[in-house]
Amino acid sequence: MQIDIDKLLEKYRSHPYQDYPIYSPHTGIIRFKVKEGDAVVGPGGKWLEKPGTLLYIIERERNPKKVTALFDGTVADLRMDLNGEFIHAKERVLTIRHRFTKDEVIDRILKDVLDLFSAPQRARYYLVPELSARLEKKEVQVPVEPGSECIIMSLMKRDTLLKYDGERGVIYKVYFKNGDLVEEGDPLIGICKPEQLSFVQTVVKKIRDEWEE
Amino acid sequence: MGKQYIIDFGKYLAEQESRIVYIIDIKGEAWREIGTLLGKVRRLKESIYDIPENKLIEEVEELDSRIAFLERKAAETLSAAEVVNIVRNPQRFTLQDILENVYDSFTELGGDGECNIDPAVVVARATISRRVKNKIHTLQVMVIGHEKGKGEEFRNGGSAKPWGNEKALRYMRIAEREGIPIHSYIFTPGAFPIEDYPGAAQAIARNLFFMAKLKVPVVSFISEGGSGGAEAIGLSDFRLMASRGYYSVISPEGAAAIEGRIREGEKVPRQLVEHCAKQLCMTAKSNLSLGTIDRIVEEPPLGAKRDDFSFFKRLRYEVMRATDEVVLKTKSFRALRAYAMSRQNRQEEKIPEEFQVHIDWNLTDAEKQRLLELRSQKYRAMGQGFKEIKPSLGKRLKEVKEATAHKIYDIRYGLLRQHRRTVKKMIEEMSSEGQVLLRAFTEPWRAAYDFFIPPTPHPVSQVNAQSPGSIFTLDWEPYVSPLANEDRTITCPNAEKYGCQDLWVPDLYGEFCGVCPTCGHHFPLEYRWYLENLFDKGTVREFSQDIVSANPLNFEGLDKKLEAARKRTGRQSGIITFDAEVCGIKMVAAMLYSDFRSGTVGCAEGEKFVRACDRARALRRPFLAYIHTTGGIRIQEGTLGVVQMPRCTVAVREYLDCGGLYIVVYDNNSYAGPVASFLGCSPFQVGIRSSRIGFAGPRVIRETTGEDIPPDYHSAKNALKRGHIQGIWDRRDFRKNLFEAMITMGGPFLYYK
Repeated sequence: MQIDIDKLLEKYRSHPYQDYPIYSPHTGIIRFKVKEGDAVVGPGGKWLEKPGTLLYIIERERNPKKVTALFDGTVADLRMDLNGEFIHAKERVLTIRHRFTKDEVIDRILKDVLDLFSAPQRARYYLVPELSARLEKKEVQVPVEPGSECIIMSLMKRDTLLKYDGERGVIYKVYFKNGDLVEEGDPLIGICKPEQLSFVQTVVKKIRDEWEE
Repeated sequence: MGKQYIIDFGKYLAEQESRIVYIIDIKGEAWREIGTLLGKVRRLKESIYDIPENKLIEEVEELDSRIAFLERKAAETLSAAEVVNIVRNPQRFTLQDILENVYDSFTELGGDGECNIDPAVVVARATISRRVKNKIHTLQVMVIGHEKGKGEEFRNGGSAKPWGNEKALRYMRIAEREGIPIHSYIFTPGAFPIEDYPGAAQAIARNLFFMAKLKVPVVSFISEGGSGGAEAIGLSDFRLMASRGYYSVISPEGAAAIEGRIREGEKVPRQLVEHCAKQLCMTAKSNLSLGTIDRIVEEPPLGAKRDDFSFFKRLRYEVMRATDEVVLKTKSFRALRAYAMSRQNRQEEKIPEEFQVHIDWNLTDAEKQRLLELRSQKYRAMGQGFKEIKPSLGKRLKEVKEATAHKIYDIRYGLLRQHRRTVKKMIEEMSSEGQVLLRAFTEPWRAAYDFFIPPTPHPVSQVNAQSPGSIFTLDWEPYVSPLANEDRTITCPNAEKYGCQDLWVPDLYGEFCGVCPTCGHHFPLEYRWYLENLFDKGTVREFSQDIVSANPLNFEGLDKKLEAARKRTGRQSGIITFDAEVCGIKMVAAMLYSDFRSGTVGCAEGEKFVRACDRARALRRPFLAYIHTTGGIRIQEGTLGVVQMPRCTVAVREYLDCGGLYIVVYDNNSYAGPVASFLGCSPFQVGIRSSRIGFAGPRVIRETTGEDIPPDYHSAKNALKRGHIQGIWDRRDFRKNLFEAMITMGGPFLYYK
């Protein structure tokens, strides 16, 4: 697969947002507490114990319920026509438009172009010592062959060697630290085809240099 | 000034500077323009070589007399807040100075400096000797105290961590085993408020519980007595206090923040702090007049520093004299020695070089028993700052009737049953022995008989007890909270996490008993709901209603607040004590509830709790402490409130030692003093689901430790994980679980066992 860097970047440049539509949880009379374009923040605090920006209050059966933002971003597509009106359940009332940060764009692009090897179940994971040692030495091209044992899954004091089942390539990114608890389905390593390595590196560099936050 | 004193002008001026800085620390820089005097000393120090010696001597002498004058004036007008400044001053003596100067020798136990389980708590075996008629008697003591450190950060300012208090407990046990007196030195601003095992509150509660019946004389000395942290090692037979020390329920800053409703992070106005310090009656004189300490140890007018050797000499004399007095009171034959001691006491202004009598600090078993009785009497007589409404004739008759009933219970369940038990046990033993003997003869015949005629199985006999149903199957119409009289819905706080549906209020507070049917979250209910639904209908009978919360320290504004609470609740104190029954089992209960000053404990509450405990003991009934909410000790009652902690713990200990069953059930919010004493010492503590239990609230933790805590830090679930409580009950199963607990727990002392 040939990567078209400009096309890829253009995709994110033309719409550098992730839209989170917000729906009404149930019927009731809605009163907005934000305006179009207002910046909102998601939950904060060490344990996310501080609620995000108050978006609206929906009242049903004399029970005013506060709905707060779950993501950072700005308010878009605000249905101001509904303000003070009775609305139905699951009706879209606004959108939180979250602008990608540099790291988020890189992460998304890498997920598009890399061959991801994901965790088969929730467990602690380790790279096999050989790979780990080579990566520690900052080797740029650490190859992985299909069928080779590359990761150790440790669960209930039992270690299982996991075989890489994708195409041949080099490790571009390791998504965990040795001994981390990784959830099922989360990526463990991103493999890049050797011939695409320079392209990927260029893309990442270009984003780092050019992306405006 | 002799020339010998000013050989080294630099050193002398540095001392003068230090004396001025000390006064500034206490009185502030603006007091009598002392700041300019400090500037003058500093300038003089810099130009020491430019001024002729004669002129320098003149200047230094003038400065000396000026500083001495200011010190005298400063001591004449010391306010309570300034006393706090003295106590917190880095120049003040610490436990290390006492160990070095009061005792002959010492060996630190359980740690050395930073290599310590908790460097804020220092324990040492020490020797102290006395001369009587030119003969030296050396005595051994266990010294336990807080070490504030001399600028050592790791000492944590003498704020003991839970494991520090546990360490103190360990060495109290050792002292008891070895039969040596304990001298405890209190230098703490308060306990370090963290819940990590063993938990700040629980560790203090265990210490108090143990100290209530510690079989060796305990003498304590208070320099900085910060509430619960001080009590952790402060329950003693004789309480000494430094004349420039403070002993308080809360720091003046903390009290000011509460009284002035100061927001977190905002600066508390100095005037308010001073006002609160005065109101809290925290000085030695105030505490002596309140009866929370026994004697004051005089310090120099502006407080003792690390090199005040005459003070250490006095302290040495006072701790020995206090220990002597404690020991002597336990002796049956003591008249002459007591006379000698009283003569000695009269000369207390001057410290005698030798003691008139030698008193051995070892106690016999009978003397230990007497010591414990005296300790109990001492604490029971403390903290009586409540009002008692004069009983009417009918009430007096009732009292006489109750006293007679107590005597009958004593005979019925104490004297007679004890003998009946002994006889029953003897018969059982004899019959078991006889059975073994007979079995050898009858076994072959029995086997043959069973072979021809097989035996029919006997039904297993069942415990004859009423089985309680749930709240919904009560024999009477259950009480429904007035909260249910609202036609609206409410959202469960866990709705986002568990997808709980909105709840219709009449359903929630009626049929669901305030419990979310999806996630089990317990919405708070008023205390009356428990009074009506937990106990058998019509069995709740209150007692001690004539004990009324008062304002013993005349704390500004408290009278109004108490009046408002009385109007709102129609009650006289923050605790309800009553007799009740659960499925036919009689019990005594105490209930701290939120509507009256947030369930805080003051003198009236403490007295009512003690009386309830004694009543349960006399009537041989289980004792339930249901804590609807408690916000801690009522700060406006100062140390009279704090002493309710050891006072009530002594009563609990005596009840439990008799073999009673003491169950504590926490609901809603239970914090601070009560949890760290008479509640936390119970062997059976249970939390109602969604309740919060702890020592200090999140704000105090943040301000003290500098670290934030997770929102569920004090949850019952976490308290259970940490081992602070023994279980979590659902409100709907409260009655059933309480009944089961009463059937399965508790010693044979109880009337129904």
